[in-house]
Amino acid sequence: MADSARGGIEVEGLVREFKNGPRAVDGIDLEVAQGEIYGFLGPNGAGKSTTVLMLTTLLPPTAGTARVGGYDVVTEGPQVRATIGAALQEAALDPLLTGREHMRLQTALHGLDKGERETRSRELLERVGLAYAADRKVGGYSGGMKRRLDLALALAHRPRILFLDEPTTGLDIQSRTALWEEVARLAAEDGVTVFLTTQYLEEADALAARVGIIDHGHLVAEGTPAELKAEIGRPTVEAVPLAEGDRERMTAVLGRFGEQAGSSPRGVAVRLEGGESQLAEVVRALDAEQIAIEHLQLHAPSLDDVFLAKTGRSLEGAGEEAEPETGETETVAAA
Amino acid sequence: MSSSLRNQVGQLARRSILRTLRQPAQIVPAIVFPMFLLAVNAGGLKDATNLPGFPTDSYLTFILAVPFIQGALFSVMNSGTDLARDIETGFLNRLALTPLRGAALLSGLLAGAVVLGLVQAVVYLSVGLLAGAELAAGAGGALVLILLSVTITVAFGTIGLFAALRFGSGEAVQGLFPVFFVFLFLSAMTLPLDLLTTDWFHAIASVNPVTYLLEAIRSLLIEGWNIGQLALGFAIAAAIGAIGMTAASSALKTRLVRT
Repeated sequence: MADSARGGIEVEGLVREFKNGPRAVDGIDLEVAQGEIYGFLGPNGAGKSTTVLMLTTLLPPTAGTARVGGYDVVTEGPQVRATIGAALQEAALDPLLTGREHMRLQTALHGLDKGERETRSRELLERVGLAYAADRKVGGYSGGMKRRLDLALALAHRPRILFLDEPTTGLDIQSRTALWEEVARLAAEDGVTVFLTTQYLEEADALAARVGIIDHGHLVAEGTPAELKAEIGRPTVEAVPLAEGDRERMTAVLGRFGEQAGSSPRGVAVRLEGGESQLAEVVRALDAEQIAIEHLQLHAPSLDDVFLAKTGRSLEGAGEEAEPETGETETVAAA
Repeated sequence: MSSSLRNQVGQLARRSILRTLRQPAQIVPAIVFPMFLLAVNAGGLKDATNLPGFPTDSYLTFILAVPFIQGALFSVMNSGTDLARDIETGFLNRLALTPLRGAALLSGLLAGAVVLGLVQAVVYLSVGLLAGAELAAGAGGALVLILLSVTITVAFGTIGLFAALRFGSGEAVQGLFPVFFVFLFLSAMTLPLDLLTTDWFHAIASVNPVTYLLEAIRSLLIEGWNIGQLALGFAIAAAIGAIGMTAASSALKTRLVRT
């Protein structure tokens, strides 16, 4: 085992098949180093949450192996659970308990002694900015507050590895940014390994040192955001004609510079085969055809472009099929 | 019991009790509905005491045993729906990620049923006595009656836990309520077993465990200390609890597929 894997994650050929359903996860290999933030990016139904459930020991894999913190997820479940913290897809909180009561329950179940429970609870509630609402019932919390409490609960026993399953879904920008800052701080200052699933490209881009893109249970790309974008290489130019009637002619002109890409309803976009330097030629060509431009923009390659290139679909709105319910799993007896 | 298990049970019991006390919607119907039926039955069926062989002159005393069973039925719903909600919201997964033991989870969850059972028993008995019912076994009998009532409540509560773990939905648990009411109606609820003269009804009531739970409670109210009937009542409640707990433990293993 590599040294880094002791505080990290190693996955080989991981498969999860559901009864009467598709392979939600179909042979994934990945490695996450200690202290790294790994972004697991994909649309709804791609297999992200199923992977997290397997890595957190809540769902047995159908095949393959996974070691988390150096422990096998199938044969060393209790050791894995002692090593990890997890905030799963829904902030699973009890609306009738207060934030402080949640912390007290979580720290006690993790075996912290009485004195430490209070200290740790106070420290975490302060860290996630919930000290002021600690004695309010969670039923009255906003979505952002619930997510922050969820994070604090996941950190109760000082885990070395943190799983965050779509932690910012449904949050406003302010709450999202606050959570990003805390996650980044955890990795940078405390050396916590973070496995973060997300549907938000900007989240993976802003937080993750490396990104894995999953689609239909397969890992279709992996690397740093910069590497993945460089692999695609080509920027996109999008133009909107001043006159609606010029849209067809504009499509023909831009078509000379590369393949068509997704655009706004009134615009036309192409991926520039020759890179950014072609922008001036594009403008000249449109001018030569006397097509007046309302708006022209050059987009650097994004992770969505990477997703498009790897899967043939755009990430936005790609997830039409919901991930299978874990309740439909084959019954596996608990150890 | 090890200290860690005791700690886990204590923490979950605390949560269960807090949840129960913070949901008046769970407590109020469990108290008001059986009291309402008590008033209706005591008023409408009082002439039954004229039947030869009826064990008491006070139908109120006779029918006072029923609210204790009805109250226990509410515990099926309360303990079951609370757990089903934990499953539906993912709270059970949160608990599964801690070193929590299954026995601690089930025992802790039943703590709320104990509190509700205690409150119910005290209220039913107090209201009954204030309305003129008798308690032949005296003050000591009141304590045993409350203990028996709580035991029955916990026993029925284990069935709620099993249903929640097996089906994972609050609606499925609530669906059990009418089924249990059929058990109650097909027992010696309104007449003593000996006076049920319709053959099929008598046959069903004779094998219905609810009949013997009612008779154990009635023995304290009407006769005083009938050790045989009391022992049978406690034994049946314990057996229901043991079966429910075994089934719930097995369902928990399937539900919690953590490795």
